[in-house]
Amino acid sequence: MTSLRISSLFPRTPDGYIAFGLGAAACLASGILLLILIFVFGEAWPALRTIGVVRFLSDGAWYPTDGAFGLVPMLAASFALAAGALTIAAPVGVAVAIFRLHYAPGWMKAPYRGLVLLLAGTPSVVLGLWGLMVLVPLIARIEPPGASLIAGILVLALMIVPTVAIASEAALESVPRSCWSAANALGLGREAALLNVVLPAAREGIAGGILLAGARALGETMVVLMITGNIVQMPDGLFTPVRALTSNIALEMAYATGDHRASLFVSGLALTLLVFLLSFAAGTGRRRRHA
Amino acid sequence: MTLGPKDEAAGEGAAGYTVGPMLAGPECCTPEPVIGVRGLAVSYAGVPALKHVDLDIYKGCVTALIGPSGCGKSTFLSSLNRLTDLVAGCRVAGRIEVDGVDIHGPDVDVQALRRKVGMIFQKPNPFPLSIHRNLDMPLREHGVRSRDERESRIRAALSDVGLWEEVADRLDEPALSLSGGQQQRLCIARALVLQPSILLMDEPCSALDPLSAETVEKMIVGLRGRYTVVVVTHNLAQARRIANFAAFFWVRDRAGALIEFDTCQRLFEAPAHDLTAAYVTGRSG
Amino acid sequence: MPDFSSVRRRIFAPQARDGALRMAIWAAAGILFACAAWLMLDVAVRGAAGLDWRFLVDEPARAGRAGGIGPILVSTGLILAVAIAVAAPLGLAAAIFLAEFLPSGSRFAAWTSISLDVLAGIPSIVFGLFGNAFFSVWLGMGFSILSGGLTLACMILPLLIRTAEHGLRMVPDEWRHGAAALGMSRFSSVWRIVLPAAGPAVTAGLLLGLGRATAETAALVFTSGYVDRMPSSLLDSGRALSLHIYDLAMNVAGGDRNAYASALVLLLFLIVVNGLAMSFSDYLLRKRIAA
Repeated sequence: MTSLRISSLFPRTPDGYIAFGLGAAACLASGILLLILIFVFGEAWPALRTIGVVRFLSDGAWYPTDGAFGLVPMLAASFALAAGALTIAAPVGVAVAIFRLHYAPGWMKAPYRGLVLLLAGTPSVVLGLWGLMVLVPLIARIEPPGASLIAGILVLALMIVPTVAIASEAALESVPRSCWSAANALGLGREAALLNVVLPAAREGIAGGILLAGARALGETMVVLMITGNIVQMPDGLFTPVRALTSNIALEMAYATGDHRASLFVSGLALTLLVFLLSFAAGTGRRRRHA
Repeated sequence: MTLGPKDEAAGEGAAGYTVGPMLAGPECCTPEPVIGVRGLAVSYAGVPALKHVDLDIYKGCVTALIGPSGCGKSTFLSSLNRLTDLVAGCRVAGRIEVDGVDIHGPDVDVQALRRKVGMIFQKPNPFPLSIHRNLDMPLREHGVRSRDERESRIRAALSDVGLWEEVADRLDEPALSLSGGQQQRLCIARALVLQPSILLMDEPCSALDPLSAETVEKMIVGLRGRYTVVVVTHNLAQARRIANFAAFFWVRDRAGALIEFDTCQRLFEAPAHDLTAAYVTGRSG
Repeated sequence: MPDFSSVRRRIFAPQARDGALRMAIWAAAGILFACAAWLMLDVAVRGAAGLDWRFLVDEPARAGRAGGIGPILVSTGLILAVAIAVAAPLGLAAAIFLAEFLPSGSRFAAWTSISLDVLAGIPSIVFGLFGNAFFSVWLGMGFSILSGGLTLACMILPLLIRTAEHGLRMVPDEWRHGAAALGMSRFSSVWRIVLPAAGPAVTAGLLLGLGRATAETAALVFTSGYVDRMPSSLLDSGRALSLHIYDLAMNVAGGDRNAYASALVLLLFLIVVNGLAMSFSDYLLRKRIAA
C-alpha cells in the first residue's frame, strides 16, 4: 500500500516549478506592452524635450529637417480618413450582420459568412493594391489626381466592414431568443422587432465593434500609404490628396535621423494613445455589458 | 444529536453481527475505523457548507451518506480526498485522518492520498481518450513502468466492473463511444486500476438509466469487503440495499450537519432522531 | 368620432419604414458582396496572368518587374517560422498559466488581460517602430529576418494567448476533477487531458496568428527590410511577400503584373490558412453541440 507521506518512490511532476515557468511566460507576454511603451517613449523623449508637445500642435507645417514639426495636418487627415470610413462602414457592417442572421436565405448564410471572413483576412496591402490600380484611376476620371481622401475612405471602409459585421453579429446573437418571442407576441413584425427591441439590446456590443473598427482604421498604414497621395496638407475636400500619421512614419523612417526620427516616434506615440482611448472605450462598453 | 456508533460497533462487531440488511455480502465489516473525521467544517467563500462533523468510516464496509440536496454530503465526500483543494475559496477546518495520518498535514502528498482514496463522480467523466488509454494513462502517471503489470491490472479492473467481456475486443475505441452505464463502470475501473483502499462515490447511479444503475449497484455490492466504500445517494432504497452503515445529513442553521450515524438497518428501522425518522419514512426532505 | 385616417396612417408609416429598412439591408449586403467580388476577381484575373510555376521559384529581375518571387517566398517563410517558433510556445505557456494555474479574478489575471487587450490594439506601424528601436538597433540585429520575425511574434502573441486560453476554458471541469481524483498532478492533467482536448482550438488560434503575420506589412518595413536576394542566414535582411507587393505597386513602374501575381499568391495562401483555422474551430463547435 502506498504511504500518504511524500516519498521518493514515485517521481512526482514538480507542479511548483512548472507553474513558476508558465508564470514567467505569462509575465513576459504581458511585459511586452511595457517594453513597447518604454522603447517608443524612450525614442520619442528627445523630441518631446527639445521641441515640446506644443510645437507639434502649433507649427504650421511639417518640414522636420528645417525645424518645422506641425503634426496637425496629418492628425486631421488621419481623423478624416477614420471618421469617413466609419461613416460608411458602421451602417453597412451592422446591416450586413442583420442580413446574415435574419434576412439571408438559408443556403446563402454560410457562403456569405465565408465572404465576410475572407474580406476580414485580406491583407491590407492587397486592398491597397486594388485601390491603387482600380479605384484611384476611376476617381481620377472624376477629379484628378485620384489618390485622395475619398479613395482612402472607401478602401478603409471596405477593410473595416468585416470588423463591424463580426462584432455586431456576436452582439445580435447574444440577444436572448425570448426578446424575439416577446416582440412577436406584441404583434411586432421582423423590422419593428429589430428596431425597437433587438438592436437596442445589442447596442453596446455593436458600439464596441464600431469603436474597434475605428481604431483599426486610425492605425492602418498600407491602405492610406498607397492611395491617399501622401501630400502633407489639411484635408479640405474629399478629393484632396492627404498624408496620414501612419503613412508619414512609413515614408520617412527610412532616412530620418536625430530630431526627425524622434518626432516620428512622437507621432507613433500619439497614434498609440489615440488607439488606446478607442479600444479602452470599446472595452468599457463590453465589460459593462457582461457585468 | 450525533450518535457515535463507535462503542456499539466495537462491542457488537466483535460479536460478529451482520450488517447490510438485504444482501448477504462477504464477511466485511471489521469494526476498525479507516477514516476518522473530527470537527470538520467546510465553507465556500466564507459561507459555511458543513459544520462540526465527527464521523468514523469503517474498513471494508459500504457507508451511505443520505439526506436532502444541499446538506453537505458531496462536500463531505470531496473533503475526504482533498478534492476541495480545487475549489477556489473553499476552506476546510477540522481533522481528517486516513489510516491514522492527518491528510492536511504538511508532509502529506496529495497525489498519493488521491491514489489511495479513489473517487467516482455523479456524471461519468471518462477522458476523451481510448478505453485502454483511460486506464493505462493513470498507471503510467503513477510510475507503473512494467507493461505486463499495467495490462494485467487493466484486465483485472475491467473484469471487476464486469466490463471486460463487453469491451475486450474494442479497447482502442474512444471511451466516449460507450453507453452511459458502461462509461460509469469504466470510471470505476479507472479508479480501481490504481488499487485504492477507499472509494468515494458521489451519486454514482443517479445519471444512469435504471438498468445500468442496477448493474453499477450490483457491482458496488461486489466491492464490499475488498474496498472501503463511501457513497452519496438520494435513493433510500438503494442505500438500504447496498450499505452497511448510513449517515444522515440535514441542513441546520443554514449549514450542513451530520444528524445521525448508525448501521444501515438501525438507521432505517429504529432511528434515534426525529429528523431521521421523518426523512427515512418519506415525511420530509 | 373615431378617426380612421390616423389609424391608417399609423399602419401605413411603419410599413413604409419596414420596406425601406429591408431594402437598405439587402442593398448593404449586395454592395459589400459586389465590392468583395470585384476585389477578389480583379486580383484573381490579373494575378493569374502572371502566375506560373517559374514565377514561384525564379529570382526577381529588374527590381521585380521580371522574374519571380523565389527568394521572397523563402524570406517570408523564415520570418513566419521565427514568429511562430517564438510566439507559439510563449503564448501557449502563458495561456496555460492563465487558464489552469491562476485563480480567476486575481489581480495578475486582470492586469494581464488588460495588457493583452491593449497590445492587440496597437497599430502595426508602432510595432514596426518598436521592432526597429528594440530588435534592430538596441539588440543590434539590424535589418534582419530575425528582427522582423520577433516583431511579428510580439504582434500575434495576444491573439495566440486569447484563443488558446479560450480553448482551454471550454474544456469541461469534470475531466480536471477526474484527473485530480486519480492523483494526477495538475501539470499532467493539463498535459495529458486538457491540452489534447483543447487541441483544435489551440491549432485554430495558431493558424489565425500565422495568417495575421503573413498579411502584415507595416511592421516589417523597418525590421526585416527590403533586400530581395536569397537570404543566407536569419541575420540577413529578407523581403516579405506583402512588402514585395507594396514595393512593386508603389516604387517600381511597370511592376503591376508581378505585384498582382504576388498578391494572388498571398491571398491563396491566406485563404488556405484561414480556411483551415475555420474548419478547426467549426469542428470544435460541432463537437460541443454533439456532446
